[in-house]
Amino acid sequence: MQAHVTTRTRASTIAAFAAIALILIGFALPAFASRVMIQDMFFILTMLMLAQLWNLIAGYGGMVSVGQQAFVGIGAYAMFGGVLIWGWDPVAAIILGGFAALALSVPMAFFAFRLHGAYFAIGTWVVAEVTRLLVAQWRALGGGTGTSLPRHVTANIWGVDWVADLFDVRQAAARDILAYWLALALCILTIGAIYWLLRSRTGLALAAVRDNDEAARSVGVDARRVKWMVFLAAGFMTGLVGALIYMQTARISPDAAFSVTTWTAYVIFIVVIGGIGRLEGPILGVLVFWGLQSAFADYGSWYLFALGVIAIVVMIFAPRGLWGLVADRTGLALFPVQRRLILPER
Amino acid sequence: MENVLVLENVKKAFGALKVTDDVSLTVPRGQALGIIGPNGAGKSTLFNLITGNILPDAGRVVLMGQDVTRAPAMKRVRMGVGRSFQIPQPFGGMTVFENLLTAAAFGRGLPEGQVSEDCADILLRIGLLPRANQLAGSLSLLDRKRLELGRAMATAPHLLLLDEIAGGLTEAECHALTDTIRALHGEGITIIWIEHVLHALNAVVERLLVLDFGRVIGLGAPDAIMASKEVREIYLGIEA
Repeated sequence: MQAHVTTRTRASTIAAFAAIALILIGFALPAFASRVMIQDMFFILTMLMLAQLWNLIAGYGGMVSVGQQAFVGIGAYAMFGGVLIWGWDPVAAIILGGFAALALSVPMAFFAFRLHGAYFAIGTWVVAEVTRLLVAQWRALGGGTGTSLPRHVTANIWGVDWVADLFDVRQAAARDILAYWLALALCILTIGAIYWLLRSRTGLALAAVRDNDEAARSVGVDARRVKWMVFLAAGFMTGLVGALIYMQTARISPDAAFSVTTWTAYVIFIVVIGGIGRLEGPILGVLVFWGLQSAFADYGSWYLFALGVIAIVVMIFAPRGLWGLVADRTGLALFPVQRRLILPER
Repeated sequence: MENVLVLENVKKAFGALKVTDDVSLTVPRGQALGIIGPNGAGKSTLFNLITGNILPDAGRVVLMGQDVTRAPAMKRVRMGVGRSFQIPQPFGGMTVFENLLTAAAFGRGLPEGQVSEDCADILLRIGLLPRANQLAGSLSLLDRKRLELGRAMATAPHLLLLDEIAGGLTEAECHALTDTIRALHGEGITIIWIEHVLHALNAVVERLLVLDFGRVIGLGAPDAIMASKEVREIYLGIEA
């Protein structure tokens, strides 16, 4: 039969052009934005990456991990180790963070893949806690109290002088700009890679495994291999993001770097609010989260209470998130992955 | 390689319960074999042993002349074993077309582009083409059953295992499905079909196997099997 297959929609074509424009504006932003805005953007971009990566393994892969803070923490600590012990440049040491997280994700997957559902979630959390306790024994990096990147290191990060000259700002501000640019580049890479993956053959396999593991095996999908692949890739990328976050803050402690609240609970909140299992969800979710945080973070525990209530309300009234509401009403998909069969007119 | 499937003294027990008790069976290429038996007789388990979803405790499973007793399900699909589930198991979050595309791409080990037209042909054949871009999770029971058949067909099987695919359908729906299955059989695909809807089954199969408590208690031409006293007693519950 004459037929062809497409994933493209008119909205996605427009979205592609809008994305290019946004990326260009994004890179030019430091020329006209304040330092606070650059820091906010850094926060948004890094949380967005963590959310996209969690969405990849939980929303697409069906693996609900509550241990992503392990990868953030180990990535950050490996970066600090690279700088403080081996004298690497912090930017170069970010890559160490990725590989350290990758190395950790192998035993975590080996352990957690034997568990299912809630047990899987708890298993990942346990691994993260064990890692935190082990890292807190690492005396060279400050043990339980943590440590900072020394001033002579942060002042001499690759490219900081150049950025300081370019925008005529002080070194601390230049470091923020550099971190922001790295976050933007890494974010484009992350979303691009996930989108490419979902549109590839592996994307079909992943969706099939998520929907029905047994049926997927029965049509020849290697479910184990797909899960391993996605889990390791997400671990590696999460480690890079963790290292980048702590390059920007330049101060680390086990409790902060391995915080289940910051690196997993907030991340899950973002994905659930925005819409799980779709690329648009975390983008919308992180904007909502950032808005709530800037407006209410001063209210302390009331803020956390409010986040919980909002999450519950959204889960009840919009189980597929805010973007799910939009998509159901309008059929809009900015990053379409669905393969539609188009038949010739008859 | 005349025999598509050979089972040699296959045994499987769950605890003390022998669900497959020393079953031996040979299915030649191109044959359509029906399997009947009361609920809990071990029919679906037998399928799972053939597909590799369950591994036997003892005995041998030979597919296309190759010993696959310990081979994983995935490998057996690639060798040409397609199956439909008794309770439809669609990939609910994917479209009908994507369900077939996944089965075709992975079951045959080919790129998506090379199998998409074939998937459209299968959809036309099973009557699901108008629903190609609809989410599989939103389908009615009949369409789910069709999708089960279509997805199994998409893997390009030499051996097609159908598990109660006609159950729960109306007379007319059942008829249309049976026509498709008969046509597949006409193309030379070997079929093993578990079914309670006997008239549908007997319209297609050449040989009938009766299973009870995991044992083969009858194997032969459908007429002879249906007429045998033992089968009527055990399976149909008729006092002779």
